[in-house]
Amino acid sequence: MALLEIQGVTRRFGDFAAVDSVTLSVEAGEFFTLLGPSGCGKTTLLRMIAGFDTPDAGRILLNGKDLADDPPELRPVRTVFQSYALFPHMSVEGNVAFPLRMAGVPAGERPARIAAALEDVRLIGFGKRYPHELSGGQKQRVAIARALVTHPTMLLLDEPLAALDAQLREELQIELINLQKEVGIAFVYVTHDQTEALALSHRIAVMNHGHVEQLDEPSKIYGFPRTRFVADFIGHCNLLSGPVAAVDGDVVTLDVAGLGPVRVAARTAVGAGANGTIALRPEKTSIAARAPAPMPDNHFRGKVADMLYMGDVTVYRVETPGGTRIEALLANSHSGRARFFDVGDAVEISWQVDAAHFIEQ
Amino acid sequence: MPHTSSSSSAAAPGRRLARLAKWLVSGPPVLYLIVFFAAPAAIMVLASFRTPGEFGGLAPLTDDAGKIDLNTDSYLRFLTEPVFLHVFVKSAWYATLTTLICLLLAYPVATLIAKSAKKHRDLLLLLVILPFWSNFLIRVYAWMIILGPNAALAKFVNGALALVGLEPVPLLFSAFAVLTCLVYVHLPFMVLPLYANLEKHDQALLDAAQDLGANAWQRFWRITFPLSLPGVYAGAALVFIPALGIFAIPDILGGPDDTLIGNLIKQQFLETRDWPFGSVLSIVLTVAALALAGAAAWIARRRGGEALA
Repeated sequence: MALLEIQGVTRRFGDFAAVDSVTLSVEAGEFFTLLGPSGCGKTTLLRMIAGFDTPDAGRILLNGKDLADDPPELRPVRTVFQSYALFPHMSVEGNVAFPLRMAGVPAGERPARIAAALEDVRLIGFGKRYPHELSGGQKQRVAIARALVTHPTMLLLDEPLAALDAQLREELQIELINLQKEVGIAFVYVTHDQTEALALSHRIAVMNHGHVEQLDEPSKIYGFPRTRFVADFIGHCNLLSGPVAAVDGDVVTLDVAGLGPVRVAARTAVGAGANGTIALRPEKTSIAARAPAPMPDNHFRGKVADMLYMGDVTVYRVETPGGTRIEALLANSHSGRARFFDVGDAVEISWQVDAAHFIEQ
Repeated sequence: MPHTSSSSSAAAPGRRLARLAKWLVSGPPVLYLIVFFAAPAAIMVLASFRTPGEFGGLAPLTDDAGKIDLNTDSYLRFLTEPVFLHVFVKSAWYATLTTLICLLLAYPVATLIAKSAKKHRDLLLLLVILPFWSNFLIRVYAWMIILGPNAALAKFVNGALALVGLEPVPLLFSAFAVLTCLVYVHLPFMVLPLYANLEKHDQALLDAAQDLGANAWQRFWRITFPLSLPGVYAGAALVFIPALGIFAIPDILGGPDDTLIGNLIKQQFLETRDWPFGSVLSIVLTVAALALAGAAAWIARRRGGEALA
């Protein structure tokens, strides 16, 4: 039995279904992420797990027990809020002691547990400080220590790193991964940042318009997006759509407007005539002055229309004679040669059948 | 500074103009305070050390021999005759009770307004300050009617007392009437600063407290109330200080035992015509009020500094 089971949960605001019959489960010790754009229902779902919102339909089970009748203060889950929500009139110690007091932990036991929690988040020696004396990253750690000090069954994190700058965010991501491993508590993490989700999670549920579009491991989400939305939302992706022209075993040929027939490996059975989309990652698309010697399955000539030099890589947008634009990415790993092509250069882009991914849509 | 060196010569007249503007803006209110606050206070201090005149007012500053007549007789009188200290303590007690009752009544009202929909708040605040639109004395006299022996309230209370076999009580001209009216008059002064504070509270803190296991009472007592203390102190100061010096309400609604320090001061100046002693009472009252206000501000700054930085 999974630790947390969400069964057909729906939450409506007027006519609008913020969360639309979502079913998923989270295992003990798992780092689970709800990923999606703002308004996709991920925060509403998190608030229903915490108890701040009530489902209109469906059930939420924790350890097999329906949580419907438990107010937030009685649920063995803790939330780390986006704004941290530290109590400004209490010191760091006071904040971390708060859930212990509420749980009736004797005063004598508290100091040791507070110290242990502050050690977990590497904030030893900060106990006497007040929230306004802390940096954003330190506040975030206090919020996590406060949530973990009572050893909850599950930790809910609502965009906890959104307010921090990029460098600190990366540092805290690594800390979060280590902390989660160390304490072994299941984390349910809400974010709209796909790189954060890919870096942190054991599994990701990609949400859109209140639905779960795909629930999978990060590498599967990135490598084998099941819908156009997922392919587009996670990383950059060339999406080439058209009717299926031919099916040859597990290779499908799509008739893409402006490009012609494109061959792609399909993992599911497809019938001719159906509409499909090819999801092609820019980094799996090769770009060269002419196509490499054993001709790849798909190759097209075009002109460089745009280029973006990003330091480690350069992104090229190649326009084919038919007007289709395909993004290709070239690593700038050759020393001294930062740029290989200029805007207007004639190039050949190519990719193998199994470099792209077929989506039925 | 974004300007180059050429502007340094132009800066001098600009600065002079700024200084002039500062004086023009701050001058009149400072002058006003000197003429109508500092000077009368100084006159009062001087008067408190003088001798009362034979027919009221003040005796001449110099006696027949030309010696300046300043003494501490009036201060000694305040300290040696226990009745005055007693009245002073009683006034402080009434003011304390008024403050506490106002706090208890105002807290739910301020909370209600702070939690109500934004579009209703202005109307609710307007209702709180609506009584100010009618004259203070009229509102006090209105209580004479409400509490009067023939009013429904007195009849109801005494009817109820008669049912359990108790003697009827007069509601008017009593400590009850004075306190009721004191609370009524000062309630808005407690509601407004409390509302101003509570309105700024972050709902996320209450959510966090609830998430961390706090029930409704614990959320109030551990989070909302301590964070509202600056508002409580401000409201308490705004209620306590005027309540301490009030004389109209005990004059109109109080019985013979409800003479407060304000009545005493009024008596000294208008009836007994002992100005030096009236001045002493005024000064004691002012110093006490200032000390309390200072203490409240100090506590609010200390606790508020930690809490609301």
